[in-house]
This record gives sequence, C-alpha cells and structure tokens, in this order.
Amino acid sequence: MMTNPTPRPDTPAHGSVLEVDEVVVEYPAKGWRTPPFRALHGVSLDIRAGETVGLVGESGSGKTTLGRAVLGLAPVREGRIAYAGRDISRLGARERRALSDEIQVVFQDPYTSLNPAMTVGDILTEPLLVAGVSRGAAGERIRELLDQVSLPADAAHRLPREFSGGQRQRIAIARALCRDPRLIVCDEPVSALDLSTQARVLDLFIEIQERTGVAYLFITHDLSVVRRISHRVAVMYRGEIVESGDTRAVTSQPQHPYTQRLMLAALVPDPDRQRDRREQRRGLAAAGS
Amino acid sequence: MTNPPGETTPATPSAPGALSRRGGVGRRLLRNLVAVVCLTVLALLVLATVFAPLLTSHSPTRPSLLDTFASPGAAHPLGGDSVGRDVLARLLYGGRVSLLGAFLAVAVALLIGVPTGLVSGYYRGWVDAAFSWVASLVMAAPAIMVLLVAIAAIGPDANAAMTVLGVILAPGVFRLVRASVTSVREELYVDAAHVSGLNDLRIVRRHILPVVQAPTIIQAAQMFGVAVVIQAGIEFLGLGSASEASWGAMLNEAFANLYIEPTLLVAPGVAIVVTVASVGLLANALRDTLLEGGHAAPARRLRRTKTPDSPPADSPVRDDDGDALLTVRNLRVSYPTSDGEATVVDGVSLSVRHGEVVGLVGESGSGKSQTAFSVLGLLPPEARREAEGLSFGGKDLRRLGGKAMSGLRGRRIAYVPQEPMSNLDPSFRIGSQLADPMRLHLKISAGEARKRALALLERVGIDRPERVYDAYPHQISGGMAQRVLIAGAVSCDPDLLIADEPTTALDVTVQAEVLDLLRELQRERRMGMILVTHNFGVVADICDHVLVMRSGKVVESAPVGQLFANPHHAYTRMLLASTLEDAPTRTPLDDGTPARTTVQEKA
Amino acid sequence: MLTFLLRRVAAGLVLLYVLATAAFAMMSLTGTDAVRNISGNTATPAQVAAKTHELGLDRPWISQYGSWLGHAVRGDFGVSWFSGDPVAASLALKVPVTLSVVVAGLILATALSIVLGVAAAVRRGWLDRVVQVLAILGYAVPSFLAALALSVIVAVKLRWLPATGYVPFAVSPSGWFQSITLPAVSLSIGVIAATAQQVRGSAIDVLRQDFVRTLRSRGISERRVLFRHVLRNAAPPALTVLSLQFIGLVGGAVITEKVFGLPGVGSAAVTASTNGDTPLVMGVVVYLVFIVVAVNLLVDVAYGWLNPKVRVR
Repeated sequence: MMTNPTPRPDTPAHGSVLEVDEVVVEYPAKGWRTPPFRALHGVSLDIRAGETVGLVGESGSGKTTLGRAVLGLAPVREGRIAYAGRDISRLGARERRALSDEIQVVFQDPYTSLNPAMTVGDILTEPLLVAGVSRGAAGERIRELLDQVSLPADAAHRLPREFSGGQRQRIAIARALCRDPRLIVCDEPVSALDLSTQARVLDLFIEIQERTGVAYLFITHDLSVVRRISHRVAVMYRGEIVESGDTRAVTSQPQHPYTQRLMLAALVPDPDRQRDRREQRRGLAAAGS
Repeated sequence: MTNPPGETTPATPSAPGALSRRGGVGRRLLRNLVAVVCLTVLALLVLATVFAPLLTSHSPTRPSLLDTFASPGAAHPLGGDSVGRDVLARLLYGGRVSLLGAFLAVAVALLIGVPTGLVSGYYRGWVDAAFSWVASLVMAAPAIMVLLVAIAAIGPDANAAMTVLGVILAPGVFRLVRASVTSVREELYVDAAHVSGLNDLRIVRRHILPVVQAPTIIQAAQMFGVAVVIQAGIEFLGLGSASEASWGAMLNEAFANLYIEPTLLVAPGVAIVVTVASVGLLANALRDTLLEGGHAAPARRLRRTKTPDSPPADSPVRDDDGDALLTVRNLRVSYPTSDGEATVVDGVSLSVRHGEVVGLVGESGSGKSQTAFSVLGLLPPEARREAEGLSFGGKDLRRLGGKAMSGLRGRRIAYVPQEPMSNLDPSFRIGSQLADPMRLHLKISAGEARKRALALLERVGIDRPERVYDAYPHQISGGMAQRVLIAGAVSCDPDLLIADEPTTALDVTVQAEVLDLLRELQRERRMGMILVTHNFGVVADICDHVLVMRSGKVVESAPVGQLFANPHHAYTRMLLASTLEDAPTRTPLDDGTPARTTVQEKA
Repeated sequence: MLTFLLRRVAAGLVLLYVLATAAFAMMSLTGTDAVRNISGNTATPAQVAAKTHELGLDRPWISQYGSWLGHAVRGDFGVSWFSGDPVAASLALKVPVTLSVVVAGLILATALSIVLGVAAAVRRGWLDRVVQVLAILGYAVPSFLAALALSVIVAVKLRWLPATGYVPFAVSPSGWFQSITLPAVSLSIGVIAATAQQVRGSAIDVLRQDFVRTLRSRGISERRVLFRHVLRNAAPPALTVLSLQFIGLVGGAVITEKVFGLPGVGSAAVTASTNGDTPLVMGVVVYLVFIVVAVNLLVDVAYGWLNPKVRVR
C-alpha cells in the first residue's frame, strides 16, 4: 500500500499506539497578568493498534483540545503524549513533520478543512509530494484512494465546492489515509452531516479500520455515534476524563454522575422509550437537587 | 440550515479571497467588458507617454511668447499655455512623471507591506505587535503632511516624494495582507497541511499566498489611483520638480490663470480623472473576477424537475379538521435562478390544531425550514410563495398585507430560531429585546413590560433574571440565549409557535432541558406548534404528529406512534434505519484492560 | 470604559510624541540649507555663520531637539525663521479656518453617506447603482480637482459663492458659512464616496443576519428594524472607515485651502515646507496630529458606545 515504505518503530508489547499521560494544556490569556486558560487538567488515555477510542463530551469540555494536543497543534504544558513509546508532546517542527507518516486527522467541518482553491487531486497529492513520492506514483495512489472512499476517479480534477458535505468528508478521509497512518484523530467528523450520510460515512470509517488496522481517536458529542464506532470510550467533562472503559459498559451502566446525566439526556428515536428515559432523567434531577 | 434558497450544500467559501487556479484569471478578466475597456485605456495611456516624441514634435518645456494662450489648432492640437508651451506635449511628457511616480509609490508600498504582513500574520507574537504598532502610527499621520515634512527635509524631488508616499501607503497593504493571512491561518485546511507535514514555507506558498494575492492586486490598483492623485496634488502645490512637465504642474499653471483661461484645467483634469477612473474600475472588475467569480455558481442542487415520487401513504391533510389553528394546502415556494426557477417547497399541505405539536422532519434541502418561514411570512423578498390555502385562526394569510402580518407575528404566531447567539441583536441589552415587542403588541407601560419580562425569564428557568435582563447577548451562554429567545417567543401568548431546529446548536444535556421547557410551555398555554428538526429523537420526545419531507415534498404524514411503529414510505424507513440508536455496539478488541475507570466527581 | 478611554488617550499622546520627534529628526538631520534661504544668495560666509549661531543650528541635534521639546510642551513653538512671528500665535489664527472646513466637510460626508448607503442597501435597484457610480466618481475626482471645478463653475461663472477668502464666524456667521461651503463640499465628495460604500456594505451584511429575521418574527415594524437595529449594528465598521477618511481629509485641506485662498494651517504648511522653516513646520505637524488624535478619540468613544463588546466585558 505504501508507495514509499519507511521502517516503523515496533509496537510495544502491550500494543498501545498512543499513550496520553496526565496531559495539561494551557492557552495564554489575552491580557498580561490574566492567568492562562487551562483547557486540560491532567488527562490520561491510551489507544491500541486497530482500536477506536471515542472521546465524548459537551462543548468546552476539552475534547477537541486533546485531539489538537495529539496532533501537535495545542501547547502541552505538563505530562506526556507518547506515540509508539516515543514522547511526541514537545517535538521540534522538523520532527513533528516527520510524524505526518504516522498520525493524521479528519476535521469536523468538511467546508473549511479543504482548501477551496485547490482541486481534489492537488489536495490529495500534496502530502505525498512532501513525503518524496514521485508525481506519477502519487497519481496512481490517488486513484486507489478515491476508489477506497467510493468517489469517482474524475473527482481528482474537480474543486471541493462541487461536492456535497458527505463527499467532502470522504475527500478528507482520503487525505488522511494517503500516507497510510497508524492513528487518525477524527474531530467530530460526522456531526455536520445529514443522518443518512452520517451512517454511511461511519460505515466507511469502520470498513477502513478493519482493512488497514488504523487506530482512531474519535471525538464526538453524539453518544449514538460513539456507540456505533468505538471499542472503548472516554467521557470528558470540564477538562478531565471522568469515566472511561468499554463502550458497552460505559453507555449501558454509567457510573459517574455526569455520564449518567449525559446518557439520560440523549434522545431515543422511539416515543415510548423516550418517555421512560425522560421520566428517569427527571427522577435523577429531582434526587440530585 | 436556515439559509434561504438552497438549503443544500451551503457552499460557503471558506477563504473568501482564494484565487481559483482553474480557468485562468487572465482569461476570465478578459470576459469582463469593463475590465477590457479599462485595460485598453490604460495601455493606450502608457503607450502615448512612452512614445510621446513620436506623437508631438513640440518640447514640453520650451516657452514661446508667440503661442501664449494659443487656441487649439493645427500647430497646437490642444493649444498653448501661459508662456506658450504646447499643452499636448506637456500632457504626454507629463504623463511619464505622473505614471512613473505612481508606479514607484505602489512598488515601494508592496515591497514593504507584503513581506511584513505575511510575517506578522503567520508568526504573530511580538513581531506582529511591533509591526502593527508602527503601521497604526504611520496610518494616523495625514499623508500630505508627511510629504510636506519630507519635502521640507529633502527638497523638491518628485521621485523621493513618491518613495515616501510608498512608505505611507505600505501600512494599508500590511494590514490587508496581515488580515488575509490571519483569516486563512485559522482555517482547518492549514491545520491539515501542518499535520500533513508541510513546512512553513510550503504552507505559505501553497495555501496562504494564493489567498493574499487577489486582495493585494486589487489594493495595488486602488493605490495606484491614489498615488496619481497625490502626485498631482504635490505638483499642484508647486512642491515637485519645477523644471519638469507633469499633470499636477499643468493644473498649477491653469490655476494661476484661472480667470484668464480656465479651459487650461481641462486637459490635465481629464487625464487624471480618466487614469484614476480606469484604475478604479479595473480594481472593481478584478474584485468581481478574482473574489466573487472564483466562488460563483455554488453547487446548489435544487430540483427542477418533478421527481416521480410515490404518493404519500396517507393524505397529509386531515380535511375533517374543524378546529384547525393553521391549515396549509398545497404550498409551493420557489426562487428565480439563472435558468428559470427552483422549487424548494412543492405541494406541502399540513394542519395544526390548538395544543398539537407537528413535526417537520427531513434532511438538509428537504424544504422544511422554507415551509416554516412561509407560514411566518418571513421568506426572503425574491422568494415566491403560492398556496391553495393558507389560513390561520380563520384568517387567510395570503391576503394579509405587510402591516397586518407584522401585527400577527410575535403576537399570535411566534418563532424560535436555531442558532441562539446569532439571533439576538448584539448591540442591545436582553431586557430591551424582550420588553420592546411586548410594549408594542400588548400596549403596556415600560415598567409593566419589565415586570413581565423578568417573570418570563424566571419561568424559562433563568436563575437571576435581573442580571440577564441587564446583560448583553455576548455575556450569556448559548443555552441561556435559547431560553431568552423562547421567553421572547411566548411573551405575547401566541397561539402558534414555530420552532426551527430549536435544540440543534445546543449541548445534549441542555437540549433535553430546552425540550422539556418547550413541552411545558406548549401544554400550559395550549399552543399549537410546528417543530422543524432533522433529529428523530426530538420528534419522539415532543411531537404528536409528524410529516417527513424530502426534496420539497411530504412523503409521509402520520401520528408519531404510528410513524415509528409502522413507517410506510421507503424513505422514512431508510431514515429511521440510519439512526444509530439501535445500531450494533462494537465489542472491545480484547480483555487486556480494565473494563472501566471512573473518576469520582470533584466538588 | 474609563480604562479603555485612558488607554486611547495615552496612545494618542504617544502618537503625537513619536510623529513630532520623527518630523524634527527629518527636518534637522537632512534639512535643506534654510540658513542660506534666509540670508539670501549674497550673504557672506561670516553672515551665514552668524545666522546659524543665532538659530542655534550649530548646537548638537539632541540639544536642539531638547530645547524645542521643552518649549513645545509649554505651548511655545518658537518663532518662524522667515516672518519672525511667534508660531503658536499665528497658528492659533489659522487653526479655526482649517477646522471649520474639515469639520463641516466631515459632518456633510457623514450625513450624506449614511443616507445614501442605507438607502442603497435597502432599496437596491437603481439607487444602488447610483451609489456605485458615485463611489467610482468620488474616487477618481481628486478633491482639489473638484475644488477647481466648483470654483470655476459656482464661484467664477455663476458667482453664487465667493471664490476665495475666509470670513471668521465672529465677524459674520453667514459670510463664514458662505466662505466654507465650497471648500467643505469639495473635500467631502471623496469621503462620501468611500463611506457610503462602506455603510451600504455593512448594512447589507446586517440585514442578512439571523437576528433581523427574528426581530421581524416578533412583529417589529420594518422601519424600527432598520433605524434602531440595522443602523446601530452597521455603524461601527462605517465609523472606522470614516476615521481613516478624516485623516485624508486633513491632508486634502492643505490643497483645498490653496484653491480657495483660505488662510489655514495648510497654506502655512506649504510655505513653511518650501522654505524649510523648521519651527513653523513643527508647529503645523503638532497641530494637525493633535486634531487627528482628538477626532480619533471621539471616534473611539462613539465606537465604544455603539459596540457593547468594547464597553462591557
């Protein structure tokens, strides 16, 4: 698959691709003298090869920040992020670039994550050229990739704006895949999509994972999405992970009060079950107050 | 999703200035008539000044007493000036000074402004702070004053003055470039490029320069015009090189003889206006071609042909409805497009009774929001609304004028929007936004309106109503803003509430609370309600009756229980199957890790 | 709000100081041979040396600057090298002339550009096209050319208004008004063109905002939506353009004063600049920058008043 295979570090015995250990992220505040804004208060997480770890939380919980820290786009103040056993939390620009073979990203908004002025072909070729792949080989690889994400081969000559949201997200997925990474950070990749498109794109994610063994850090606010795609799930609340574990266990019998609130607030597309859940949620709220 | 005409793929250009690499900018510019005319005029002007010796045999500077104020004729096509110099020759040779000077100024401005802007916008930090400070300093100084000081210091030298002008214009370029860079830098595709392993140089070249290019070219054209004007101004004040002919010097000379021969103003005046107007119009044409043209024709996929849909499983209109609050029969909404008309709502019928919640479900582009806005009478002006029947509380809404409709809106039909933050006026306190419509509709005093608004805020679950009443929208959270909007909607006790995706922008836990609030208010006031949503969970939670829409048509209409238990239409079944609630959960890879870790909630 | 204002005042003072210093440095470090201009071509080297000493130009730059600054902060800008008049006193007579023209032009421009811009945004159609054409014209016709044309047509040919001269307000309010009408009009044309465009653009942007539809959904009348909500939200960007235009206006006044023979700061600036009359040039710089700083401060206050995000945190 890789046109230019590079030797990879061996996966450690326990099989973790990514280990996040007590990571603190702080953003400098605007005025001087105002203390910096602490987005993550010591977060730990691990992802094994071929595994999807779902990261759920509400807006402002820090889930996107964690994804950005893994990608090297957010300043890690304390703690350690290790990829295949190597600390990557404070890499220099050059070392970080070298890591682009290993860690990739799919962002939420398929409208702003693709440069509107570049053709789909150029968007997909760019990372390959950076890796030193020849133009001819890159063209070959792009045909392969477009096929993998079920887009027509002539898509390469068109601009992103000619595609619908779901198709654009497929392009973004193809870009993430083109260097054959072992970890993809997916930041709300289906929340801007229509219901039926969302289901198909999720199926694509799963199919790719089963075929290539790539691991996902899958960030979302939608519990039903997380249940569909994740092997394990971590629940974030106010910059901390409050609960984590097997998806089925956490979503069916949440232990932490926040997770319980979150689960009961999720809507069920069934009037009778939804009524029961509502009553249950009110019961919990009444008990809590 | 509330964007009118095309709900489908709102092809929002993420980088408004991006140059499209397809279709050649030059070629597209040549298709613009104004641009072609302007380019021709400018080319002729440049050629005429370059080849001035071929066009006239006169010297622009040699006086001839015989030709003083000569009238235009064979010897002097444009006549002679106060010392008998040939006006045409002065005009042609003078153009060299004016155009070269303007060119010099623009070049200097770009040379300074573009690199500093790129560095400032891309790296930010203290470099940016320093550059920006210097820029604001230079911008605050009146250009002519700086030029006067410069001339006083270095003496009358047109080129030196124009170089200084370039320095004065540079902050404008700097700011523009910096702003464009800052806006693209925030784009996700630049983040994606970082993750793809591109180095800074390549990111700037591939992703940032193309965006900076278009606005900079436009600005350069505009600056050229400004430079021509200021150049002429300097010469007009007699601060240029006295020996050389220039348009400004000609104006100066004409001004001195204003009472003797005012027509001397015409030649240099026309030359300046034509030059500057051409450059200005060219800049506008460039803007159209480079900015809007690059993003024209968004992929708006509206249905133009009637799709051969299977007829709805049961009749959407319950004609037997005697106590219907709202009946809509065969509603059509269409928009004019370049090739005819696009229909976004196509034959929708529905009815809402007092105390009934009707859900409109569908994916983006199904026409559900457009249906809701049709009832409110809030479609954009270019929309065309037709219906066989559209009556509310016995009134025919089709016949109501703007004023009568305004009287109905807010008073008897209310609206709850999707995005809470963008639906409050950022410049006014929340209290006044709540109280104003109440005073208008209910004819109550300011004090009474305030009292009622505070009671409403409390009713919608806001803890400290006074504080929110006095707050500005940017001071409250999204969930709170949505409560405020709901309070506003129910403030005049409407009979019908139209909620357009009222919980979509909210967090899960807030969504549940807002739905509870809507349900309570609806029951307590026996309001009819139309709820537009894409979420079947919301439908299950609150609706009594559901209409499933696709491509502007209602494909299925049924009571909520029946819809979920026994969906008739294939599309409804497909949508329900797409909900992930009952999809299989993935099993863990192996059992090597503890099944769960929980952090005890900290106080 | 108060700290915001204090910060702006401080920034204005810094601006004044930096620009004045830069101007002084330029004047004295690369200065033309002002002494020779004063003494005339026939002056002997001894006479030139004496004059140089008299003006203090043989002292080191820093000491010249120090004494200028020391006097300037007390409002004493020295004596013109050419006329021998005290700079502060002569500028005190000229500033009202320039201010009259500039402020009148600004008021005219503000009023007209709001009306034109809002009307174009709301009505679109032909009115919109008129505003667009006006914008191009206003950009292409330099203010001094407009001044010349107005002077020829209205003053010289039609004789409706005086072509040159200034009448102080205290002497005759109507004479004052007549004497500044043409200069103010010719100055405002370019400003109207630019600002009306901006008002139009931002009004159209605001009209597209979600909250406008929500206001309509609550039965607020179209007029109230427009004048209370749209105008208020469209104002801040227009204000920014206006404040930049104002700086240009001050510069434009220099040329307009020449056309209409007004004894303002601008004419003084031109004479001083050609002569290399450092005290007068410095006086002009300080006065003009002071006016710019003052107006920018007013704009900041208006901006804060219009935009609660600046005012309340």
